Amino acid sequence: MTEEKQEEANELDQEKTENSIEENSKETQSNEITEDKSDNSNAEPQENKETESLSEPTNNESTHSESSIPKERKLVIPGEIIVSAEDNLPGDFTRNQDGNIVATRYGLAETYNRVVRVIPISGVFEPRRGNTIVGRVEDINFSGWSINIGGPYNAFLPLVECPRFINRNNIEDFATVGDVLAMKILGVKRGSVDLTLKSRGLGKLEGGRLIKINPHKVPRVIGKEGSMINLIKENTGTEIMVGQNGFIWLTGELAGEIKAEAAIDLISQESTSSGLTEKVEEFLKNYKDGEK
Amino acid sequence: MPYEKRADGREMNELRPIQAKVGVVPNADGSALFGAGKTIAIAAVYGPKPLHPAHMKKADTGIIRCEYNMLPFSVTERARPGPSRRSKEISMITENALAGVIDLKRFPGTVIDVQIMIVQADAGTRCAGINAAAMALAHAGIVMKEMISSVAIGKIDDKIATDITKEEEDYHDGEGPTDIPFTITSNSKEITHLQLDGYIQTHRFKESIEAAKIACEKLNEIQIRALKGEEIDENKEKEK
Repeated sequence: MTEEKQEEANELDQEKTENSIEENSKETQSNEITEDKSDNSNAEPQENKETESLSEPTNNESTHSESSIPKERKLVIPGEIIVSAEDNLPGDFTRNQDGNIVATRYGLAETYNRVVRVIPISGVFEPRRGNTIVGRVEDINFSGWSINIGGPYNAFLPLVECPRFINRNNIEDFATVGDVLAMKILGVKRGSVDLTLKSRGLGKLEGGRLIKINPHKVPRVIGKEGSMINLIKENTGTEIMVGQNGFIWLTGELAGEIKAEAAIDLISQESTSSGLTEKVEEFLKNYKDGEK
Repeated sequence: MPYEKRADGREMNELRPIQAKVGVVPNADGSALFGAGKTIAIAAVYGPKPLHPAHMKKADTGIIRCEYNMLPFSVTERARPGPSRRSKEISMITENALAGVIDLKRFPGTVIDVQIMIVQADAGTRCAGINAAAMALAHAGIVMKEMISSVAIGKIDDKIATDITKEEEDYHDGEGPTDIPFTITSNSKEITHLQLDGYIQTHRFKESIEAAKIACEKLNEIQIRALKGEEIDENKEKEK
């Protein structure tokens, strides 16, 4: 399974997302994307936006999309006053307290069209419909698989959401406890997440290893239009599948796997620094086997 | 002998040198270290995550589960590890102090685990624990109304003293020691936790509330600085 495939799958997502009601809060985002995207053949709306804007103040790699550059962003702490509520409206993770817009979550505050919102930089994966994720089978029952996707809830993949025929009596022949799957979120109901395999690029991931990073750092690992992930793939000769839940599956030669893992580690540690692509490039060039 | 001067030379309203840092436990979703003088606490936050055992689940809200523990070497006489009467009490009051500011309704049926370890104890460990836990929760991206900070105000003999040490807690001359831990929110200045151990006159108690508010404001500034990436160690600053 390649990144290209995932991207294609995500293209479909984008349409879905724009139509969906539950993505109300993200509306501004998708609008922005349609405005300034020269081509649409890249990852998820949410990802994209984050990738771009995070790199904008720092990296030179963003040349187009001048219009969407959000002014300065600053790190805020819950309870910190961002601006006065007189000319601004509270958006995501903010509230109006005594005439001031106050952050309610640790993250980067930005103002866009007078709406102040906080972009989270830490925390667990919050499942949303349409997310492409990687998960590990935790349990099997008569109607499907219970899957650990990280975050607050365990997910369930019903047998009927599997694209090919599976004998009801031998569910474990397809995937058993410990197997890694690439899936998409069908829907999130109170306390339960439903998954599907019925989309392009999804399915069982054979062999390889699974590593976990903070889901908020996924956009940086993928990079602009997959630049970062392709860089790692080319330099390490591995296949990599990045789930939006921060689970990353990779396979290849052992040395390559270790190298790729080290590179991803570096990205998640230095996700806020500038010129990350160059840093990773250098890291991969100078990397020697057995070195940490 | 009346209590005139504090043993460590601080002003009556002065805090101990503070130590603060976030991200000390890389595996956790959020973590923080908080130290006041010789008291050092580490807090780690995991979650929101699925809750086991399932009978503790609440259908309309998540829950917060705190665990306070003193490490065996945190005090001169080895502290027996594991839950004790005292640590269970402190776990509970920490839970209650934090529950008021965090948004638990966001993920119903889940749990946020907060683990607090006291590395070194010199009075005010519950306050250090709460301060560390609040920072760790913010660091873990938990939705919070505002920050909280905690301080122990004492009445030593007839003096109101901020952030008391073990030595002061054991001062038995005159009116004797009174220990009042407060936890106060950063913006609305509401009290989410208050205990009182000892005796105090009503008007002196009002004084101590004011002292606590001032101290908590200072603590909050330090918490904010630490969360913005600074590594704070006032012990070192003093040496310079």
